Amino acid sequence: MNMDDILLQEAIERYLSQQMSEQERAYFEQMRNSTPEIDQMVVEHAMFQHEMDFYSQRRNIKSQLHDAHAKLLLQGDIQNGSEVSAGGKLIQIFHKYKRVTGIAAAVGGFIALVISGLVVYFSPVNQTQLVQLSKDIEVIKRNQQYQGNILNEVKSKIPENAKLVAGGTGFLLDNHGYLLTNAHVLKGSGAVVINSKGKEFNADILHIDNLRDLAVLRINDSEYNAPRALPYSIRKSTIDLGEEIFTLGYPRNDIVYGEGYLSSRTGFNSDSLTYQLQISANPGNSGGPVFDRSGEIVGVLSTRQAQAEGVTFAVKSGYIYTMLADCKAAKISGMEKIKPSQQSSIRGLDRKDQITRIENCVFFVKAYSK
Amino acid sequence: MKGDINEQVLLKGLASNDTKAIETLYKDHFGMVQAYILQNNGSYDDARDIFQEAMIALYEKAQSDSFVLTCQIKTYVYSICRRLWLKRLQQLGRYSQPVENLEETVGVEEEIEEHEKRNAAFAIMDRAMSSLGEPCKSLLEGYYIQKKDMQQLAEMFGYTNADNAKNQKYKCLMRLKKLFFSQYNIGE
Repeated sequence: MNMDDILLQEAIERYLSQQMSEQERAYFEQMRNSTPEIDQMVVEHAMFQHEMDFYSQRRNIKSQLHDAHAKLLLQGDIQNGSEVSAGGKLIQIFHKYKRVTGIAAAVGGFIALVISGLVVYFSPVNQTQLVQLSKDIEVIKRNQQYQGNILNEVKSKIPENAKLVAGGTGFLLDNHGYLLTNAHVLKGSGAVVINSKGKEFNADILHIDNLRDLAVLRINDSEYNAPRALPYSIRKSTIDLGEEIFTLGYPRNDIVYGEGYLSSRTGFNSDSLTYQLQISANPGNSGGPVFDRSGEIVGVLSTRQAQAEGVTFAVKSGYIYTMLADCKAAKISGMEKIKPSQQSSIRGLDRKDQITRIENCVFFVKAYSK
Repeated sequence: MKGDINEQVLLKGLASNDTKAIETLYKDHFGMVQAYILQNNGSYDDARDIFQEAMIALYEKAQSDSFVLTCQIKTYVYSICRRLWLKRLQQLGRYSQPVENLEETVGVEEEIEEHEKRNAAFAIMDRAMSSLGEPCKSLLEGYYIQKKDMQQLAEMFGYTNADNAKNQKYKCLMRLKKLFFSQYNIGE
């Protein structure tokens, strides 16, 4: 093996891959013609080169196909039936449904466009009424503002890493630790309640009635001592215009007293579920009891009108009974034992004394989510 | 029936090793082949192997200038996979009455024959390459597959200059050719 062989081999490769100049090529072809050994070497190498090119192309396409397979598998465009890592699966699911949701959204958008187009086209007479109606809905949204209080502070009985989502007021329904509040107060997954002395108790959410905006909690804490009897009762009948009312609630961490009068037998937009009250209420008063002069609960404070001073709405107390009856009919467990207090023992007492007795039965409700 | 413009573009992309074209073809046709193979006693791995073989056959066909696909890519790929899989089943003695989908098929006997020849040649080169040992194998792979020049290879492998690398490559090439042709003759 000498340098000449190497040079010759290199020349053959250059010749076959057309890298020679015109002159060089002519000279090389002449050499091929006159030397059979060189000619044989060229033919043999051409054959080898052809197989080598094919081999190298196939190796490349194989590795590209392999990469494509792996990539599509990861994207979820193809499946391989075996278990993949959770991350991969998630990505797969994401990619799988990304397109579906995209299509769904597009179809939904299209249908909405077609329908609104049809409505505009076919109902020119009703058009203005429809617009007004939707405007009214907007007004309700704007004007009614939940008095659920957003809280930042964290206290002992709220599980660690739970986030406080809302706060409001709740009051005892009976002497077994059942509490009533607004449904919109219980936005989270759990709740704690705090009495007027700042003592905190764990509570379970038993039932949420979004329709009536009422909810029932049960204090579930060994440290809690239930009163033997409630000082107030819950009124079944409605009250009259101009009747004096008062409330206790937790617009801040301490219990706050407020008083006013019944200004309408119906609530916002003639809603028969609620009363309209003239009383000052703030976020945190939601779920608070509304008492009449004799200390009977007549309603549950729920919303207020945003742009009007002191215009507040309370769910009529009669609906507490309706809700309990519904729960009984639906056999919701834990709810059948509730017997709302029927006797008021604070009738005729001074307001100051009434409050002292009631205070222990009104709780600060903090809802959290984990 | 001639393939539409879109398919022609895809095939051109495949022939020139365009990643996007390869992925598109893969995505569009793999599911169909996988379903067929799973229905017919195959595993997910079988589906992958068979499909990739069909893609290689299509790739090699698309390489030739005179190539014109006379049916849809889908039909072609499906037909190739079906033939390959039925053959594989026969070889494995797992042959049972195949479950056929209502997919159109075309005659691909010639393609299969050509493909098998190619497979044989590839296997010979592959065996020859792997029996070379190092550094010959990597040096020749660097030159013929990764298409690096002698200067780059000298640096990669630590030869002091390109001429020394060339010398080494020459020795390796002679060995490879010897190995290859000793088998290749039998193969033919």
